[in-house]
Amino acid sequence: MIEEKSENAIQQKEVEGLSQGRIVLKRFLNHKAAIASMLILLAIILFAFTSVGIDIGSDSAKIKIPGWWKYDYAQINDVENKGNPTMDLLPSFIDGTGMAIGNHPFGQDEVGHDGFARVMRGAQQSIMVMFVIGLVATAIGVFIGAVAGFYRKWIDSILMRFTDLIITIPVVIVGAVIGRAVGNLGAFLLAVFLGFFSWTGLARLVRGEFLSLREREFVDAARMAGASNLRIIFRHILPNAIGVVIVNTTLLMSAAILLETGLSFIGFGVRLPDVSLGYLINENQTAFSTRPWLFWYPGLFIVSIALCVNFIGDGLRDAFDPKQRRAITSKDKRVAKVVSK
Amino acid sequence: MLKFITRRLLVSVVVLFAATYLMYVLTAYSGDPLEDLRTSTARNKEQLIQRRIDLLNLNVPPYLRFFIWLGGVLGVFVGKFDLGKNISGQLVSNELGSAMVTTMQLVLVATVAAILLGVIVGISTALRQYSAFDYSITFTSFLFFSLPVFWVAVLLKQYMAIGFNDFLEDPQIPIVLIFVFAAISAVVWPGIIGGRMKIKVRIGAIAFSITAGLLFILNLTGWFEKPGIGPVSGLLMGVAIAFAVTALSTGLANKKARNASLVVVAIGMLAWLPFNLFSLYVSPLIFFILAVATVIVGYLVGNLMGGQDKAPVARTAAITALLMGGVIALDRFMQAWKPYFESSYISGRPFATVGDQTPNLQGSFWVLGVDKFTHLLLPTLALLLIGFAGYTRYSRASLLEIMNQDYIRTARAKGLPDRTVVMRHAFRNTMIPLTTLVAFDFAGVIGGAVITERVFSWSGMGSLFIEGLRRVDVNTVMGFFLITGTVALLFNLLADIVYSLLDPRIRVN
Repeated sequence: MIEEKSENAIQQKEVEGLSQGRIVLKRFLNHKAAIASMLILLAIILFAFTSVGIDIGSDSAKIKIPGWWKYDYAQINDVENKGNPTMDLLPSFIDGTGMAIGNHPFGQDEVGHDGFARVMRGAQQSIMVMFVIGLVATAIGVFIGAVAGFYRKWIDSILMRFTDLIITIPVVIVGAVIGRAVGNLGAFLLAVFLGFFSWTGLARLVRGEFLSLREREFVDAARMAGASNLRIIFRHILPNAIGVVIVNTTLLMSAAILLETGLSFIGFGVRLPDVSLGYLINENQTAFSTRPWLFWYPGLFIVSIALCVNFIGDGLRDAFDPKQRRAITSKDKRVAKVVSK
Repeated sequence: MLKFITRRLLVSVVVLFAATYLMYVLTAYSGDPLEDLRTSTARNKEQLIQRRIDLLNLNVPPYLRFFIWLGGVLGVFVGKFDLGKNISGQLVSNELGSAMVTTMQLVLVATVAAILLGVIVGISTALRQYSAFDYSITFTSFLFFSLPVFWVAVLLKQYMAIGFNDFLEDPQIPIVLIFVFAAISAVVWPGIIGGRMKIKVRIGAIAFSITAGLLFILNLTGWFEKPGIGPVSGLLMGVAIAFAVTALSTGLANKKARNASLVVVAIGMLAWLPFNLFSLYVSPLIFFILAVATVIVGYLVGNLMGGQDKAPVARTAAITALLMGGVIALDRFMQAWKPYFESSYISGRPFATVGDQTPNLQGSFWVLGVDKFTHLLLPTLALLLIGFAGYTRYSRASLLEIMNQDYIRTARAKGLPDRTVVMRHAFRNTMIPLTTLVAFDFAGVIGGAVITERVFSWSGMGSLFIEGLRRVDVNTVMGFFLITGTVALLFNLLADIVYSLLDPRIRVN
């Protein structure tokens, strides 16, 4: 009992005199894994986009911003050293060769494509697809969930049956069909279309939040003050449901990157001449015994991106959840003693 | 209740209808079904194209062609079920039938294993919240969650299957590895069991010596060449099972339950030899009957020995009987290992990386069972890792929430032992939200198995779907979707019904 009291005291002390936003930010900054993941993810994004530059548009109207890496992802080079990676991270006192980056740090495939450039381009595409799916799905999910939860009655029934309809189709299946149909239009459009089918979980959660929030006093107060329905939905209720939305958007994004790579792997996602991480793995899976590096690097990038996004989501969940209590450390106990005196 | 089910069923049918329409049109517009013929150099090209157009009614636009297809499907009510023909003119229902069995095996085994493992690990991490064990499992499950299934699958093929096959050529574990394994178990077990430092050190030492000793014995006796359990270790395992089940189910203080479980184990030991003599005649059906009979015997024994409080004793004895039967069956499967391993179709490399069975392999139920196992192992592991992560996170969060409820405090306050509080008051309530998750998940896993099947070249529904989609073979894709869609809707309905049955606070009407 005493322990519980002091735990409460710790938490009260921590958040004394802070606004809700500040509390959330403070809690998030305290989540070490989430902060580390955020930094790693930012580093990966910067690295991927600056190294091989940015390509926008189709072949006819191409905007190309060059990057600092000397090779392009579609360029075919002479095969050096049987395509082995030239990167050597072990310093000379361990293996006697010294650290080096070399011409092709991630190796080359049998034609001579530079592995590093291809992995970077693939990471770009996968990250872009992840964010676009996240944005599109969040926008649709929030809108449908909010309208269904706020207006209830027949609007709710229709929208929720519509949600059921989309849920019935497993997302890999619809993704494959969509990918087959629009995959040749480029990764961006593919992502937009995938977003059209990924919003269902979020819509259900937002609807649940709205159903309970719309009965609260502050909604009545806003209505008394003459606020319109739209104003109540977007200015009064939605900010209160923002925690659920943000947390689930991150989870959705980590699922999105796995979806895109999976689709590209079975051949219905991003297509040649463009590459994505899933495509690279598919292309090289049979060459595992001869050129394992072509297989390892794209996979490691997928795992690191998805893992970082998942940890950020976990940190956000902890930060937004007022009931969440983290482990009480010995330092906290010392603070608690001081506070309870 | 009946009213609720009827209403939901009607709505489901409408939803399924709309979803199939959407799928049909999307698939039909996703590409050109005549593409392979248009680019062909056959002399009778025009004729072939015309034949395919007639076969699949391609001159009817997709949004109307759907109704021709629907008419065939609705024929099920008049006994003339027709899913149409695929692009090469074969009946879709024929190829779908065998593919469905293959996929269901994979999905069922993977889902059941993921639930069992995930719930056990999730519960134990929740009970050791914020321990090193908890943190490492949390990290691991995040990692599994972020793994693309196709990447894991290729790694599993390369390292598990090929590595293990290499090991089986000369099955001796190197001494260094034995110590590594023992050291790992010396770290893991104290983490799971928990307690003070002194106890942890003691458990660690015991775990180290048991693991090292066991592996040494397995090495010395050549166990990996000719695996088996044998009566002595079988008896030890049986007694351990009896005590463990009793401890979890009723608590060891219940002497009747403990004795009934031990009697069941004794019956199992007596039945072992006759079973082995008879075992060559076992077919899948007989195997199933035997399993049911085992549970019934256990239940009866528990009922006879239960005295005044029959139900929990009978339950304990029945679970023990099933597990003891499992030990006996496992031993028999292991005996089939050597003939399987030496069979000419296997040629000493049992763990398969492709396919769902060894072609042309003949043998008893047991040999075929081992074959199934070696083929199922890798794809199941790939699916399992990902499902496991979700179930672990979910059951952990769910149990933690419940452990903070007032009724748990009440149960503790009235002096109930820890086991009763956790198993009876908390665990059962944790299972309620989990049932809905399982129902949702199952449909999702069938979809997810598409990728896994492809990596392992299983000829299941996933490969049908991918091939069908690649050739814009609408009828095949729709056959696949009809099944996954129906399963998804049925399981959703089932989840709602089960939920309302388990949780009296929820009223369906």
